[in-house]
Amino acid sequence: MSAEPAGTTGARRAGASAADPIGTDPTGTDPNPEENDVTLAEASATASTGPEGGAVDAPGAPRLRTQGARLAYDRRVIAENLSVDIPDRSFTVIVGPNACGKSTLLRSLSRLLTPTAGTVTLDEKPLGGYAPKEAARVVGLLPQSSTAPDGITVADLVARGRYPHQGLFRQWTSTDEQAVERAMVATEVDALADRHVAELSGGQRQRVWAAMALAQETPILLLDEPTTFLDIAHQIELLDLFARLHRDGTTVVAVLHELNQAARYATHLIAMKAGEVVAEGPPSEIVTAELVEEVFGLACVVIPDPETGTPLVIPRASRD
Amino acid sequence: MSAATSAGAPETTTASPAPVSARERMRRRRRTVVLVLSVLLVVGFVLAICLGRYVLTPAEVVEAFVKLESFDHQVVVEWRLPRTLAAIAFGGALAASGAIFQTLSRNPLGSPDVIGFSTGAYTGALIAGIVLGNAVPVELGALVGGFVTAAVVYLLAYRRGIDGFRLIIVGVAVSGILSAVNVWIRLRAKAEVAMAAGAWGAGSLSLVDWARLVPAMIVIAILGVALIVLAPRLRQLELGDDAAKAHGVRVEPSRLALVAVGVALAAIATAVTGPIAFIALAAPQIAARLTRGPGIPLIPAALLGAVLLLAADQLAQNALPGVPVGVVTVCVGGGYLIWLLVREARRR
Repeated sequence: MSAEPAGTTGARRAGASAADPIGTDPTGTDPNPEENDVTLAEASATASTGPEGGAVDAPGAPRLRTQGARLAYDRRVIAENLSVDIPDRSFTVIVGPNACGKSTLLRSLSRLLTPTAGTVTLDEKPLGGYAPKEAARVVGLLPQSSTAPDGITVADLVARGRYPHQGLFRQWTSTDEQAVERAMVATEVDALADRHVAELSGGQRQRVWAAMALAQETPILLLDEPTTFLDIAHQIELLDLFARLHRDGTTVVAVLHELNQAARYATHLIAMKAGEVVAEGPPSEIVTAELVEEVFGLACVVIPDPETGTPLVIPRASRD
Repeated sequence: MSAATSAGAPETTTASPAPVSARERMRRRRRTVVLVLSVLLVVGFVLAICLGRYVLTPAEVVEAFVKLESFDHQVVVEWRLPRTLAAIAFGGALAASGAIFQTLSRNPLGSPDVIGFSTGAYTGALIAGIVLGNAVPVELGALVGGFVTAAVVYLLAYRRGIDGFRLIIVGVAVSGILSAVNVWIRLRAKAEVAMAAGAWGAGSLSLVDWARLVPAMIVIAILGVALIVLAPRLRQLELGDDAAKAHGVRVEPSRLALVAVGVALAAIATAVTGPIAFIALAAPQIAARLTRGPGIPLIPAALLGAVLLLAADQLAQNALPGVPVGVVTVCVGGGYLIWLLVREARRR
């Protein structure tokens, strides 16, 4: 895939200078620092719409992968020898029953959990080998729960997502301001910019947290059960937003509970059970009644979704 | 910052119609709070140097600096100046320490004077001063005492991470035990040593002289610089560990560094003045209410702490002669603490 080298060199080059992640091209003739200061998200987005990189839908080689990873909390092992590839530019959704290790996998991909054996690699290099801020400029995360400080406004909270782009001597710039603005527009919270986060509804608040993750401007975005606690309309609204991000070139990886939503939005589905990957691939190829029975222990029929043609799982009626 | 905001403004088609955004108003409010507190601090400083049982005019004060042999010189340079600077430096240090711990514990009660770090620092100072007979500098004793207490409280409160409320309950208990230990050490000491330690035990600025103040101020300045460097990480930790990590913060080392700076700030103040309660507890909360967030602002909190301790010390010196400043802050702070405890209990 033609876009791949651009993204890869971008991430590698980020290590060269902490102050300016990608704009430090020594051959660059443009003296304007703002022009040079392209974020990785923009860089990969540009690459995907380049002359040869038109096929956004075709997932590329994985940038983020786990290889033989053992994931454990203290001594409780959740997954053993787990190898998962996240196809580049895919909308990957991880599904599975409760406690199957899907959130744990996502935590390991986002540096929240270090595997006790095996590796998690980004562009072939172990995640632990990156400076944390460097990794945070490539992989972003919308955590399951976060806390808003008392009295903070929406715009100020979203602005905190710019932390990995800032340093001791590189403070707030117009690039940061614009990134925050774009993130708020994309999540449609720009009209709420001046409101206090505490006075927002649950759906609005979740969009604000999403905006904070977006402001990070990472080419890879991880979402840990982003729609939990939201009503159905807000769930779809948020998933549509992530689908738009995916269309614009971001690799999206989400843990979702709702199988039909997963089948509709994912380009790549990973089904897990008891710490192991049972099946992975495009939902239309892997979602079958047998798979759902095997993974969830649920008797069902699978029909085409009348809206999208993607698999739709219908639980069988009780026989009692 | 404001320049960047206005540069981005033309693009926000859906922004609020008001010419000044609420966000900008908050920034202005914060700047105003900092400015007003700074002015109060300067005014308080001048008053503290001029006023007292022996009143001097500002002109006489300036003269006193030059006339090295005069009584005025003695009053201004040897007595009032170190005491006033101490009030400002230690007030700021205590408030900054309180702001760190209240932010990390996400609880207004999680301040070093409530959770035993100040009491522990005082225990260390007493051991250095009385038990070891000044073989070890009191400041070092206070630092060791503060850090050991912090380690014990954290270990006892630790269960898969630190929960703010458990930290406070454990801290209050440890603080109680250490207070008893402090009384016991003083009871065992020789009468004259115990008397001096007693006044110090209530928290007093009257024992401050240049020899003790200068090293303490240097340490506080270094800690202040460290805190300014660490402040963005503290703001990230406010969002929760997961979000902070996702943003590229090394969460555990950052938290440890912040705890170390916070303990050291409280301990160094305690080493020189004895345990002065209430400043670390109240100043950050009042500063947060004045600025209306976000979170507990460090610089306004430190400025407010300096103003509060200076005012309390002036009150102790001029209105209540002989009463240590620690007693004043305890009396005012006690009511505030009870109110906080009642409110916290009701929330649960």
